[in-house]
Amino acid sequence: MLDYSSEFAYQIYSVSDLNAYIRALLESNENLMDIWVTGEVSNLSKPRSGHIYFTLKDEDASVRCVIWRVHANRLAGAFYDGMRVEVHGYISVYEGGGQYQLYVDGIRAAGEGRLYQEFLLLKEKLAAEGIFEENRKRPIPSQPKFIGIVTSPTGAALQDMLNTLLVRFPMAEVVLSPASVQGEAAPTQIVKALERLNKLVHPDVILIGRGGGSLEDLWAFNDEQVVRAVAASEAPVISGVGHETDFTLTDFAADQRAPTPTGVAVMAVPDINDIKTALSAWYLLLDRTMNNVLDQKRSKLIERKNRLDILSPGWQIKQCMQRLDNSSLRMDYLVNQYFLQKRQQLELAEGKIISFNPRYVLGRGYALVEDKNGSVITTIKQVQLDQDISVYVSDGTISADVTEIKEKE
Amino acid sequence: MAKKPASIGNLNYEQALAELEEIISKLENEPSGLERSVTMFERGKAIIQHCQKLLDSAELKVRQLEENGSMSPIEE
Repeated sequence: MLDYSSEFAYQIYSVSDLNAYIRALLESNENLMDIWVTGEVSNLSKPRSGHIYFTLKDEDASVRCVIWRVHANRLAGAFYDGMRVEVHGYISVYEGGGQYQLYVDGIRAAGEGRLYQEFLLLKEKLAAEGIFEENRKRPIPSQPKFIGIVTSPTGAALQDMLNTLLVRFPMAEVVLSPASVQGEAAPTQIVKALERLNKLVHPDVILIGRGGGSLEDLWAFNDEQVVRAVAASEAPVISGVGHETDFTLTDFAADQRAPTPTGVAVMAVPDINDIKTALSAWYLLLDRTMNNVLDQKRSKLIERKNRLDILSPGWQIKQCMQRLDNSSLRMDYLVNQYFLQKRQQLELAEGKIISFNPRYVLGRGYALVEDKNGSVITTIKQVQLDQDISVYVSDGTISADVTEIKEKE
Repeated sequence: MAKKPASIGNLNYEQALAELEEIISKLENEPSGLERSVTMFERGKAIIQHCQKLLDSAELKVRQLEENGSMSPIEE
């Protein structure tokens, strides 16, 4: 029993202090700060606060778990009572109840961790072999006539693909090569279905996929044989497994990857409405081409007609008449020019004649002297003293005698 | 084109489109007689109408490939 006399030798904790102390102890332990725990979900409770409470248990033990609202909102996938999970988080103490708890910030279905490890290893191995190389990817034909599908004959994925193909490109012929897409038999069945299609149908393209599910459900599409068969397929492959966020190794090996089975079908075929639009464009092109042909023929016809017109007698007569008209006009012009010139010459001569008239000179004070024989005297040698001479001035005649003769010195 | 042209009704969509392309290319690049040009044009128009009919009447054919290699139709 306790020795009460020694009671002052001990420190006494309040309950709060004790719980706080233990909480600090647990929270400072490195192993407990960052821990994965596997178990089965039970007593799942999702109150209105948004936080999630449950108990994680195995055959012999259990631990209380909490997911705060901030984490609860972003944790993918529903989980439920009885589900085997792996959770991640840290250990701390709920001081009000003196209870240690696992505060969860990540949760996944049990086995996913191991599967993911396997996934990464296989991915690395196949990548090293070059199976996922971009330059191995083949083009998808733009209008595939034969479309092969590898999926479950009873799954929603098949209906999604067929509905999409029906709406977008009903001219295609589809061959379903059925295979179960989950479970142990799935990988072998998928590989055989692919091989059968390639060998017997030779489709233009193969669509492969399934709807959404847990990572384990999708696992067949991470199977090494399936991935190799997809990469080795003679026809190009479009894959769509699960949802937008799911990526499988089949997706990496396929020539094209779509987020969903519907997306696969969209990717595989063009929209018939686009083709109809294109057909209208063809119609216009044909019309325009024909119009060009007719235009060419028409202009050739016009050219020939012009040449024929030149050769016709009517045209030649017209030509002659025009030439005649031209000559006539030219002749008129030349005649007019001739008379104009003569008239000008005449006027010029007239002016000269006027200026030569002696009367015109007499008017300016000069006089004309003649002997009685009417010869004009121009030198002293023509006259002698006392000779009668006539002097003409502008308005009459003066009779005179020569009284002196003087020679110019 | 020396060979007798196939009946348009027997052409599948791809063949029809290929011939349409050929017709347009010939109209564009190889001058020929009016009558022949008109014949080609009429055939081109008929081919387009045929294509439209093919598009309008197309029904997705779906069959299932069995393990033994036989094919059976699927009821949707």
